[in-house]
Amino acid sequence: MNKMDSAVPGEQNVSYRQIGKPRTRIDSPGKVFGKTPYAGDYVMPNMLHAKVLRSKLPSARMTRLDVSKARDLPGVACVLTYKDLKIGTVATDIPAQTGFRRRDTDQQILVDEIVRYQGEPIALVAAESVEIAEHALSLIEVELEPVPGVYDVFEAQKPDAPKVFGDDNIVASYKVRKGDVEAGFAAAETIVENTFRTQYIEHAFLEPEVGLGWEDEQGVINIRTSTQAVETFRYIADAIGIPHSKVRIRGALVGGGFGGKCDVTVELYIALLTLKTGRPVRLGYTREDSFYGHGKRHPFIISHKTGFAKDGRITASKIDITSESGPYAFMSPYVLMYATEAGPGPYLVDNVHIDSRSVATNNMYTSAFRGFGATQACIAYEQQMDEAAKVLGMDPIELRRINLLKTGDAIATGFEVQSAVWTEECMDRAWAALGEKPKDEGAIRYGHGIAAYQQGYGRMIWLHDTAEGWVGVEMDGTVVVRSGMTDIGAGQTSSLAQIAGELLGVDMMDITVYNSDSSTTPLAGTSSATRGLYMSGNAVRNAATAVRNRLAARAAQHFGVADSDIDFADSRVFVASDREKSLPFKELIATCASEGIHRSELAIFRAPFGDWIDPETGQGQVHPDYTYGAHAVQVAVDTETGEVTILKSVGAHDVGQCVNIAAVEGQIEGGVAQGHGYALSEELIYKDGCLVTPSLSEYLCPTSMDSPRIECIILESRSGLGPFGAKGIGEPGHTPAASAVANAVADAIGARVHDFPLTPEKIARAVSATRDNG
Amino acid sequence: MSSIHVTTQVNGDAVEFLCDTRETLLDVLRDRLDLTGAKEGCGTGDCGACSVTVNGRLVCSCLMLGVEAEGKAIETVEGIAKGEDLHPLQRKFIEHAALQCGICTPGILIAARNLLERNPDPTETEVRYWLAGNLCRCTGYDKIVRAVMDAAEEMREAS
Repeated sequence: MNKMDSAVPGEQNVSYRQIGKPRTRIDSPGKVFGKTPYAGDYVMPNMLHAKVLRSKLPSARMTRLDVSKARDLPGVACVLTYKDLKIGTVATDIPAQTGFRRRDTDQQILVDEIVRYQGEPIALVAAESVEIAEHALSLIEVELEPVPGVYDVFEAQKPDAPKVFGDDNIVASYKVRKGDVEAGFAAAETIVENTFRTQYIEHAFLEPEVGLGWEDEQGVINIRTSTQAVETFRYIADAIGIPHSKVRIRGALVGGGFGGKCDVTVELYIALLTLKTGRPVRLGYTREDSFYGHGKRHPFIISHKTGFAKDGRITASKIDITSESGPYAFMSPYVLMYATEAGPGPYLVDNVHIDSRSVATNNMYTSAFRGFGATQACIAYEQQMDEAAKVLGMDPIELRRINLLKTGDAIATGFEVQSAVWTEECMDRAWAALGEKPKDEGAIRYGHGIAAYQQGYGRMIWLHDTAEGWVGVEMDGTVVVRSGMTDIGAGQTSSLAQIAGELLGVDMMDITVYNSDSSTTPLAGTSSATRGLYMSGNAVRNAATAVRNRLAARAAQHFGVADSDIDFADSRVFVASDREKSLPFKELIATCASEGIHRSELAIFRAPFGDWIDPETGQGQVHPDYTYGAHAVQVAVDTETGEVTILKSVGAHDVGQCVNIAAVEGQIEGGVAQGHGYALSEELIYKDGCLVTPSLSEYLCPTSMDSPRIECIILESRSGLGPFGAKGIGEPGHTPAASAVANAVADAIGARVHDFPLTPEKIARAVSATRDNG
Repeated sequence: MSSIHVTTQVNGDAVEFLCDTRETLLDVLRDRLDLTGAKEGCGTGDCGACSVTVNGRLVCSCLMLGVEAEGKAIETVEGIAKGEDLHPLQRKFIEHAALQCGICTPGILIAARNLLERNPDPTETEVRYWLAGNLCRCTGYDKIVRAVMDAAEEMREAS
């Protein structure tokens, strides 16, 4: 369900033939037939099956490792331990995309002495069958001597804490110093202080990690895998000690990612085993492997101290942020940067003081997850706004309205956002869509909650992000697009087809997109950071525009008109001012082919490049641009059981320009459901570093039964940096949803639960505390 | 280990296969019969990505042994369309954009068809409860529910 608003003064005449329409994605038909081959569906003759032996302890010293019995088991082709590795470590940085690599961020591939988290891989087995590989794992003799670990971010910062990372367990730290925060507090009428905590959560993509590797006729290690990033081929090559040109990642349509398939997992083990055995190797994670085998969402502890003037305007914001990185860096420094940048939220605050740090522990390592730290920041700043409204006796909507950033205002890092900032419109429309709050009935109380947000899209500008794309026209007038971008289910490839189709006047169903092959498709970077459409879409737009311009010049010559008078639609080329003058597209192509006019183009798109923000003040530009919007939720809370039912959930976002509106709604609705789970039921529970919820019956994702109707309100400012003025929506749809649920619950019960998730137990306890106090 | 000979019916065709007693029906479908539409999302019956029907009953094929298929009629996502003719549910899933990554889609289509065979006129709540055994992490379920309701309506009108 959606409501569209494309009212932009002066731009209402913009109209597209394919862009912005609810188009059927080019990947949909194969998926409903059940015929689409995913990475896990590929097999090869003579294929081996792999398994990973993991540590059962989170912090230990390995005193013995004997794999001789496993190696002797008939049907076992290969057992690898740290002793068999030429190079013992692999990079954990943003997948080999930017040419530079942070120091001290590598991870050991297999445990050589010290175990730093539960599930850390110790040995790899490749065998003739999965059963033999599993049997071989049980024959590996490992002795682990427990060593004291640290499982709490505050304990980890004490001088005598066990050292997990560096000499102080601090993986990264930042500060923001803007204006004069003490003067701001001195000028405040009211100061509100709160601390909010978020939990470890799991991506729970439906397709666990899987891949198939083989060596080809050129000695290249090929890996067909389910990944958000084909650029990982570089790190894999570095880690196995062969040239970059000898590793090829071939993606497949990905069975969900949400950030959890950005880091290197199965593909490295497959590469090692393929190289060693010379045979094809398949490694498919079980769901349990997946719980133990990839980085999770960072738990955060965020404290806000906010000063408010009498009229509700924010005078100062002091924020302290701690995230948990687990034992390895992975994306933790970058995730912390996002959370720091987003600290005060989408509000104009002149006096800002933020200290943030990411702390190593022996709990599971953490990495990318949809929203990348900006989500956790939102959970804190939006609950803080509602708590402040309560203290100030103001309407939460009006308190926000007074403080919201407007177009052209400077955010916390001092950067003045150039695109439209339509948060207020989004907030008002989402809130209005909730309608009247029902009257409480007995133990059932109703609540409304709102959350506004700011989410960067594209990479941090000092990473100098680029994407390439190739567009070519076949002799019959159909079109081919090549892009290294992965399709993780959001319709990434389909959007590229739509963009090329719009520009060349060819229906997207007549366009074939080759993607996610690190050797044969132009590299475009990860499908993460809400950069897919922004980066790859612009690259393909550049390529298609170059082809269009050459074809238009030839057509203009044919018709005897100016190039600018040529248009393309419905597989025809025509004179825009005299549509009777037209040719089938393929006739123009035949002419161009016979005259040697180039019908294809490889183009690059460069995001804005810049330097790091000032390390002392945190001032400068972090992201190319930002998406803004708001989410509103209506809940019913059973105050006797603490059970929450979400009745209405409305996301309102300025997406700049929809490419495929059905896909935009899909991103919002899916992100919202993930936000509902984040707020209410999802939690990876670690007890002294050991996971106690390693299955989908213990880790509770929302089901259709738990989910309400979701309404999408889509605004189009056409002001973004993406193709046709698009902003990113992959992460933003998710960012405010959980916060809105939390605010709705607090509204219903008249009390705040500061620690996520808001389980029935915590809610019931909060309700009874209000009764005790009241 | 000696293999067991199993005679069964899959998507209307008589099928025979040999399998080990420990193999699940999902393993058999994927590895022996090359029907890879059903997916293993968990292997513990929690996600529904491997849903098939056995004698008209909706089951997680990861929780049933291959040898238990003896004499039974199995239906999988590959049997939903009649050749190139899409089932109304498949058409409505495409129309409503009720799928994203597509891993849950085969199981949800099977579950939804099974619901409509039993109850051609379900309420939205009935659809949501019936599909609760099929996790989807991409769509938020809304478009799925709408697609099922819309397909049900079309199928009622056609019958």
